[in-house]
Amino acid sequence: MSVLRPLDKLPGLNTATILLVGTEDALLQQLADAMLKEDCASELKVHLAKSLPLPSSVTRPRIDLIMFVVNLHSKYSLRNVEESLHHVDATFFLGKVGFLATGAGRESHCSVHRNTVVKLAHTYRSPLLFCDLEVEGFRATMAQRLVRMLQICAGHVPGLSALNLLSLLRSSENPSLEDL
Amino acid sequence: MQRSSQEFSRGHISAKEMDETVAEFFKRTILKIPMAEMMTILKAWDFLSENQLQTVNFRQRKESLVQDLVLLCEKKRASLNDAAILDIVYTQFHRHQKVWDVFRMSREPGEDIDLFDMEQFKRSFKKILQRALKNVTISFRDAEENAVWIRIAWGSQYRKPNQYRPVYVVYYSQTPYAFTSSSQLRSNIPLLGQALTIASKHHQIMKMDLRSRYLDSLKAIVFKQYNQTFETHNSTTPLHERSLGLDINMDSRIIHENRIEKERVQRVTQETFGYYPQPRLEFAQYKLETKFKSDLNGGILAEREEPLRCLIKFSSPHLLEALKALAPAGIADAPLSPLLTCIPNKGMNYFKIRDK
Repeated sequence: MSVLRPLDKLPGLNTATILLVGTEDALLQQLADAMLKEDCASELKVHLAKSLPLPSSVTRPRIDLIMFVVNLHSKYSLRNVEESLHHVDATFFLGKVGFLATGAGRESHCSVHRNTVVKLAHTYRSPLLFCDLEVEGFRATMAQRLVRMLQICAGHVPGLSALNLLSLLRSSENPSLEDL
Repeated sequence: MQRSSQEFSRGHISAKEMDETVAEFFKRTILKIPMAEMMTILKAWDFLSENQLQTVNFRQRKESLVQDLVLLCEKKRASLNDAAILDIVYTQFHRHQKVWDVFRMSREPGEDIDLFDMEQFKRSFKKILQRALKNVTISFRDAEENAVWIRIAWGSQYRKPNQYRPVYVVYYSQTPYAFTSSSQLRSNIPLLGQALTIASKHHQIMKMDLRSRYLDSLKAIVFKQYNQTFETHNSTTPLHERSLGLDINMDSRIIHENRIEKERVQRVTQETFGYYPQPRLEFAQYKLETKFKSDLNGGILAEREEPLRCLIKFSSPHLLEALKALAPAGIADAPLSPLLTCIPNKGMNYFKIRDK
């Protein structure tokens, strides 16, 4: 079965690869462009996929971080992410997976409840970020955050690992999450 | 009104010669025109000469400009019909302010058609309406492609025509199609249809399930001209650059894992929608009267015998382009439902769907 594993390949020299998974190609493409605009000491690579599993015929570098993008306006995009999650090995969820929810700003268009993605992220013990990817300013800020996260997950930041980052992010989480 | 030759020689025509309501109509019509378009529209109207227009100061405040223009019209003894023509010109420049319906006429099969005579059509049309309604204002303005714009202000037995709620008809004489502006006063539409049918020597008229603000798009759909390079006032990028996704100028550091699927979606979309810009519609409406079908066994709705009545409306500033962008954007699967893609082909954007 083509399940993604975090350490099944050797890392590329100074390379950090992020995989963005989501149905809305246009948004992913824009986010990728925004990330590549960032000044970064590491060589960045962005892979865009509609869903998992990935086609096996392609050779790809080691994936350092997976971001699952859910559009709150679309139940289809949520379902797509939920199904894709089955194709990720459990060891990825030690800091190398994140969820990104877009569309929260336009509440009237939301068909997925905010709590649904909160629960999903909680189930997978991974950080959840909210960002309206359609807004350029927000997108640029999110791109910055993702680049930093990616560098950490790729091991390019001395003294900080993906697992460290995960526990750092978790301790600042809203305590009401535990009540869910 | 008769004028004595003395009045003429005096060169004095009092402003009171023009009917008050006509003067008011002139004023309101000219007032509608945006300042930026004033010269263009007045020139297109072609009632006031170049010289006369030069005597007016176009830089003053609009209210004063309008007063001057109305005075000029009065001096030139402009009639109600002249005002109506100006109204037509204004509407031609602002056709998007109206919502247009489409009518199709037909003849009996095997009927011999004489050559179309525009003047005879106009006479006949006018006669039919005036015979039925004593008070009605009808004006014509010829347009290109053998079309004629007709403006009708309705009155009744006891009331003079209301010049501020006219109906416009654009009839393409070499075709069985006419476009009418939707109006609230719907009671006169059957009469209008009748007049149009008889005057153009047809036998039947029926209303198509097609409606939009964009008259030119309706034309393109109905005359099947949309699959050529189609002039829209809002598209400036050349065809080949206006690709469906954002895959132009792609960074080589971005890799699409599902490239093959993306290409398939692009191909299917191009096959369905073509390379040309789509005609512009604002909505598509589907009235469903079908029994509820569900994959899940049971459920409250599944048990019902009666059809489920449901109205689905898709709205967009440019519906067909939006539909075209759905699959490449990942919001829908390709190919799209034929109910959506058949719109320009079938010339419909109102559908009634019943179980077979």
